[in-house]
Amino acid sequence: MTVILNEGDSAGTAGAAPGGPVDAAPEPGKAMTRGRLVFIRFLRNKLALVGLVIIVAMYLLAFLGPLLSQWSYEDRDYAAFLQPPYADHIFGTDNIGTDMFAQVMRGLQKSLIIGLLVALISTTVAAIVGATAGYFLGVADKALMWVVDLLLVLPSFLIIAILSPWFRGKSWWLLVLMLAAFQWMITARIVRGMTLTLKEREFVKAARFMGQPARTIIAKHIVPNMASLLIIDATINVAAAVLAETGLSYFGFGVQSPDVSLGTLIGNYAQSATTFPWLFLFPAGFLVVFVLAVNWVGDGLRDALDPTSTRVRRKEKKDTEEKAA
Amino acid sequence: MTSSEILFDSPADPVVEGPVLQVEDLHVSFPSEAGRVRAVRGLSYQVSPGEVLGIVGESGSGKSVSSLAVMGLLPESARISGSIKFQGRELIGRTDAELSKIRGRRIAMVFQDPLSALTPVYTVGDQIAEAILVHRGGAVSKQAANKRAVELLDLVGIPNAAERAKAFPHEFSGGMRQRAVIAMAIANDPDLIIADEPTTALDVTVQAQVLQLLETAQEVTGAGIVIITHDLGVVAGFADRLMVMYAGRAVETGKVDEIYQQPRMPYTLGLLGSIPRLDVGEKQALVPITGQPPSLTDLPPGCPFAPRCPMVVDACHTAEPPLIDVDGSPEHRAACIRTGEIAATDTEGAEAAAEIFGAEVVEEPEIAKVPREQRDIVLELDHVVKEYPVNKGVVFKRRVGTVHAVAGISFDIREGETLGLVGESGCGKTTTLMEILGLEKPMGGEISVLGTNVSSLDSKRRFEIRRDMSVVFQDPMASLDPRLTIHDVIAEPMQVHGYGKDEINRRVPELMRLVGLRPEQLSRYPGEFSGGQRQRIGIARALALEPKLVVLDEPVSALDVSIQAGVINLLEELKSKLGLAYLFVAHDLSVVRHIADRVAVMYLGKIIEIGEVDSVFDAPRHPYTQALLSAIPIPDPVKERQRERIILTGDLPSPANPPSGCRFRTRCFLHASLPPEQQRTCIELEPPREVQAPDHEAACHFAQIRQVL
Repeated sequence: MTVILNEGDSAGTAGAAPGGPVDAAPEPGKAMTRGRLVFIRFLRNKLALVGLVIIVAMYLLAFLGPLLSQWSYEDRDYAAFLQPPYADHIFGTDNIGTDMFAQVMRGLQKSLIIGLLVALISTTVAAIVGATAGYFLGVADKALMWVVDLLLVLPSFLIIAILSPWFRGKSWWLLVLMLAAFQWMITARIVRGMTLTLKEREFVKAARFMGQPARTIIAKHIVPNMASLLIIDATINVAAAVLAETGLSYFGFGVQSPDVSLGTLIGNYAQSATTFPWLFLFPAGFLVVFVLAVNWVGDGLRDALDPTSTRVRRKEKKDTEEKAA
Repeated sequence: MTSSEILFDSPADPVVEGPVLQVEDLHVSFPSEAGRVRAVRGLSYQVSPGEVLGIVGESGSGKSVSSLAVMGLLPESARISGSIKFQGRELIGRTDAELSKIRGRRIAMVFQDPLSALTPVYTVGDQIAEAILVHRGGAVSKQAANKRAVELLDLVGIPNAAERAKAFPHEFSGGMRQRAVIAMAIANDPDLIIADEPTTALDVTVQAQVLQLLETAQEVTGAGIVIITHDLGVVAGFADRLMVMYAGRAVETGKVDEIYQQPRMPYTLGLLGSIPRLDVGEKQALVPITGQPPSLTDLPPGCPFAPRCPMVVDACHTAEPPLIDVDGSPEHRAACIRTGEIAATDTEGAEAAAEIFGAEVVEEPEIAKVPREQRDIVLELDHVVKEYPVNKGVVFKRRVGTVHAVAGISFDIREGETLGLVGESGCGKTTTLMEILGLEKPMGGEISVLGTNVSSLDSKRRFEIRRDMSVVFQDPMASLDPRLTIHDVIAEPMQVHGYGKDEINRRVPELMRLVGLRPEQLSRYPGEFSGGQRQRIGIARALALEPKLVVLDEPVSALDVSIQAGVINLLEELKSKLGLAYLFVAHDLSVVRHIADRVAVMYLGKIIEIGEVDSVFDAPRHPYTQALLSAIPIPDPVKERQRERIILTGDLPSPANPPSGCRFRTRCFLHASLPPEQQRTCIELEPPREVQAPDHEAACHFAQIRQVL
């Protein structure tokens, strides 16, 4: 007995989708892994690539740059006060003769680490807490949402300010954890809401009925389907974390002198923006470029992760047309 | 002025002679990223007063777009050319303000989804009154309009119209909402009613009510009706003339009887052949139309149906065939160069379709030859109960009632057998499925899978049993994770159950081929597949673990008819090849008759009739089964007109408060015709399920055979 293979509605796909298949597999017949597909789709997005290059370059610059410079951020050049950029001090100097390049690099190091870590930690916590609460409901939901509500009503800025004397001189990790601890709650609530709707989708039910354990369902089906939200949230959080750190440092609670961050630099030199612009423009410029690059990468990742994203398709269409021509 | 005077007054303008709607060479196109989508390409038709024109076609054939063009409701970006004359006046080129005077007054529209057609924040009565006031604000007072709204609701058969007019749309059931929309449509005594899939979102029993109501509306208003549908059954008894659309053009037009009996375009033939027939007992060969409708952005020259046509010859690719008269009848026209050859075949209708498309009856599985009693029981339900509490209050929840979703149902499925579970929405079909799939101890009664009672399972054994049981869901969009590639989707059950990587990589392409898809497509995402293909992927996933029982939750109801036939055939082939048992939940009884061996009819959480499929369909004992069967339209105009239709009154009662005794008695026509002392039996005693014939049980005190097909 043979099964009549109904090429039927399968035969039509290629013809029905003008502009060609979205992901033309390089080796027909061999399935690509998901990670590779996402990577290929990400590479197609030029702006995201530029963002990625900028971020990598900034890391390299922030950590290798000071090694090349003869000045450290603590050194003072008593021969040069408030000098605009010139060969010895490529970013100029401040009113006590500190090299601005060294300071900006030191600040960039701090901000890069704080921003990315805080965003990563807070979004991860938000995803785990929100999805767990939404998927299991019941006691887990009640307890977790109680914590969320509690943290939401606490004035985070004040608490960090009050605690700051305690973590003075301790590891900067504490500041990262504190910032992250107060940034995940709203996202967790959104994630919980989305989990409630996703949970009712049939593919989640199908996974449950095939015996997939709950934690795998959350990791494999629920969280990836919220990837857009989480990635956008993470990129916003990078900026928010850097800004929060800036605010705290400005008031003297965050990064403590003599250490510097982009925040302390911007805070210190904001008044000099018009009179001695190099003091303000270099740290502010790096902050803006960094946040922008993170956003581009975020956009690119979202498009790459989301198979329905039209932006990638449009690009692909252009690419195939170019190839054809 | 009394309200009845304004109810159906004579129009202010003199009645124009000739057709009420005349569409000539209509073209509609939309911009899209891939180029202009030419949704309608040279469509011409006309509707006379009092005539019902049925427009039939697959999704994307341009049937809705063409009627939206008539209403002037297309988006600004649409480019429209040609001519649309309504009562002799050209509509194309008029401003929106001018059209608004005609829309709702002279041309009314009934949309598919009655929930989104009504505003949720106004009462139903107010919305109907508004339809009147907008067009006759000067002549009719608000009170008169409100009064008339109540009359209209009464006319469309809503009980307690005066009271229900004050209800909000969400308080209405789907059928009642569609009635309210029809009431609104006929409020201003229109000359043309356009109904766009008016019954697609409704249950069959409600569909019968709504169709009858449309007929009444037409009689009352004398309007011409354009009814758009994808279901050839719906229009068979209702329409006078038919127009079959494909790829933005009419491919066949004519009188309903001519088209159903002598279809002359292969596409129409295919459509007719793809519908499972309720009135055909022996196994019928379903015709799947292969492929998909063409993309409307860049159509190749020639007949657009050629890539899917079994009769295609080289000449088909040269030029698009015009509509030509066939059979010497000026009214029957078809767009095919080979109409003469189709006419020359000996067979007619669906049989000709099966012959031309080469459809074959799927063989019975080997196991079916073994008598039923000797086969193993795959699934057994014994008085299973599922209830939900109804809670009130936010802080202090208190229980105010119980929804008896499943009230003690029993059935069994044996190896290689298909049980069809049918009933209206809200009857507890899906709850039953979830109870079975959950593999938890039921609230009452017992569930056994493959001889194992699920209440005795530990988690390890439960996990093992999941291997033997899988599920295919209704919605092909929602049942596949959009973030996973097809490979990962199909591999998932095997990963869960610890298959090795090599085995998975070997088996996934195998499964793809088994369901008729190409393994090269494995790295694509579900979003790139059509509905029918996605349903095939869902089936492949369900078969990954080589289960014994597959639970199918309305697997074809979201698909176009032509695609549906392909999926049904696939399911039958797989059953025959792999010896599967199916639990097939559906509301479409024709599909059930085609695929099932046994059928169980559910009403309000109970099985009221169960048995061998031919016995139940040919000699139904329970009045509800009879009503359900009589509500299903048969795609045969002659039979359809002669059929006596049992119209059930009202909607399904709430399962939170089911009627005493026999649950069906509130809607039962038999109960209503009984003398009072016998009626008391129905009210006081719940009828037990009794054997009526070999393998045929029904739960009715006064069961009697009534043929309804």
